[in-house]
Amino acid sequence: MARKSTIAFLMTLPLILLLALFVLYPALYSIHLATLNKSMERFVGFGNFLFLFKRETFSMVVEQSCIFAITAVIFKALIGFVVAHFVHNIPARGQRKWRGMLLVPWVIPPAMSCLAWLWLFDPSYSAFNWLLDLVDVGPVPWTGEAYWARFSVILVNIWIGAPFFMIMYLAALKSVPEQLYEAAAIDGANWWQRLCYVTLPMMRNIMAITALFSLIVTFANFDIVRILTAGGPIDKTHVFATWAFRIGIEGGDIPLGASVSLFMVPILTVAAIFILRDINRRAGEMT
Amino acid sequence: MSAASITTPAGVARGHQYRRSMSRDRRWALRWSYFFLTLFAIFFLMPPLYMLITSLKTSAEISAATNPWWVNHPTLGNYVELLTSRQYLTYFRNSALVAVIVVAITMLISVPAAFALSRMRFWGSAALATGVFLTYLIPETLLFIPLFKMFAAFNEYTDIQLINRWWVLLLLYPTLTVPFCTWIMIGYFASIPKELDEAALMDGANYRQILTRVFIPVALPGLIAATIFAFTVSWAQFLYPLAFTTSADQLVLPVGIITSLIKGDVFNWGQIMTGALLGAAPPLIIYAFLMDYYIAGLTAGATKG
Repeated sequence: MARKSTIAFLMTLPLILLLALFVLYPALYSIHLATLNKSMERFVGFGNFLFLFKRETFSMVVEQSCIFAITAVIFKALIGFVVAHFVHNIPARGQRKWRGMLLVPWVIPPAMSCLAWLWLFDPSYSAFNWLLDLVDVGPVPWTGEAYWARFSVILVNIWIGAPFFMIMYLAALKSVPEQLYEAAAIDGANWWQRLCYVTLPMMRNIMAITALFSLIVTFANFDIVRILTAGGPIDKTHVFATWAFRIGIEGGDIPLGASVSLFMVPILTVAAIFILRDINRRAGEMT
Repeated sequence: MSAASITTPAGVARGHQYRRSMSRDRRWALRWSYFFLTLFAIFFLMPPLYMLITSLKTSAEISAATNPWWVNHPTLGNYVELLTSRQYLTYFRNSALVAVIVVAITMLISVPAAFALSRMRFWGSAALATGVFLTYLIPETLLFIPLFKMFAAFNEYTDIQLINRWWVLLLLYPTLTVPFCTWIMIGYFASIPKELDEAALMDGANYRQILTRVFIPVALPGLIAATIFAFTVSWAQFLYPLAFTTSADQLVLPVGIITSLIKGDVFNWGQIMTGALLGAAPPLIIYAFLMDYYIAGLTAGATKG
């Protein structure tokens, strides 16, 4: 019996080593780094955090990160929900084709598709502005003005992420037993009542967990903002990850960069706790 | 007998009418569904389509400000130029090497671990399974700065340079792929009936044989899904190579296109779009052929476990 557990431990050892060395240790190390001064020789305690609170750019980054993540997740969830319903509506043999087409934005590496968007948003050759010009609107400064740049990065995030929600919601829709709808129809429920009293309660779990996953990923997003605006114009579109990169890697102030990225931890923790609770509950239901 | 007497002609007619109005509603719902699905498909497919359109144009046509959505003089010049450029091929080779090796490393680490965690209870195994899942929730944007400093410190102590070496990505990418792959493999392994490995044990098989002869063949769909996941994640990763590699011969595709094809403020959009489209091709091709496994992998994370 002792031998069995030794074998099991050895089988998980590479996993433990990898995660300890390249995830756990750096995570803790960044807390230590955040308490040092720029040349990393002196302990400054909360000095970096206090410095950040005094900087106007930082409060802008906090604000933009929250706007970015929350707006994007809400719209991704809405679009995903609506599109999943449309796909679910059409005859089963056509569904595969549509599902396949609609998931394409999620499959393309974000760095590549962001380049396409950057080109679509180009100040002088924007293909969108060309279309808008046909109806005498524009030109829209997609990445040039703070307001539009914020809109653009969120739009691209929605474009990449909505298909993922669609797939998850579609899987959830398929798992609702047909009998429930039949029973509701017999009771005279209209489509709105069927949605509110059958579909939504049955999907609630998957909807919540998908949104939480997405919240984590969106909040920590780097690629989109980095490629589309690189934080500009005048730092208005920076999120935590891109600003931390600017300060920590490009600016050479590793402790300050580490402090910036540590600000992501609270919201990530909250989301993680909710996800974990859900998983534990379902594990409890299964056994 | 009684059922037949209830169905009066009037009842039949009413039922018929009811069904007809139902089917008319249904037809309209279907039309609206197709209409909106077409709109969404246009929105979702427009950027890749625009990549294709631009990639077929010459620089002259792009800067001539003609209809951007139409190609007047299609040419494969951009493709020929990129596919014969040593630099682009280097990026492609680096990306392919990294992705393939990372997939191999990921499978070697996560399959045995998932087997141990799902079948061989040992002290702390439940906590470890939860821990694996939690590390999946730690984003790489939280880790790249301390990792950068760790590598610099490692260089000071051992004189081994890790920064600006493409193979350092082989150490880093598994942290993104292993937790999720282990997690979904635990799910797949746990769904295999216990009787199967008990029977194998009875026949005198050892753990290695149970894993390779029973579990891996039975959980093959899960294994394929995990492989696809690991490949696409390694192919698409952008932050780690941007932070840890800088010289042209060490770059992988996403970073390579962005840093080398954009020269100063001069954007050669025809080539950038061609490079991006070719870079997006491997995941798209895999997806086209193995869509069901791809989607199974996507949904496994949240619906299993």
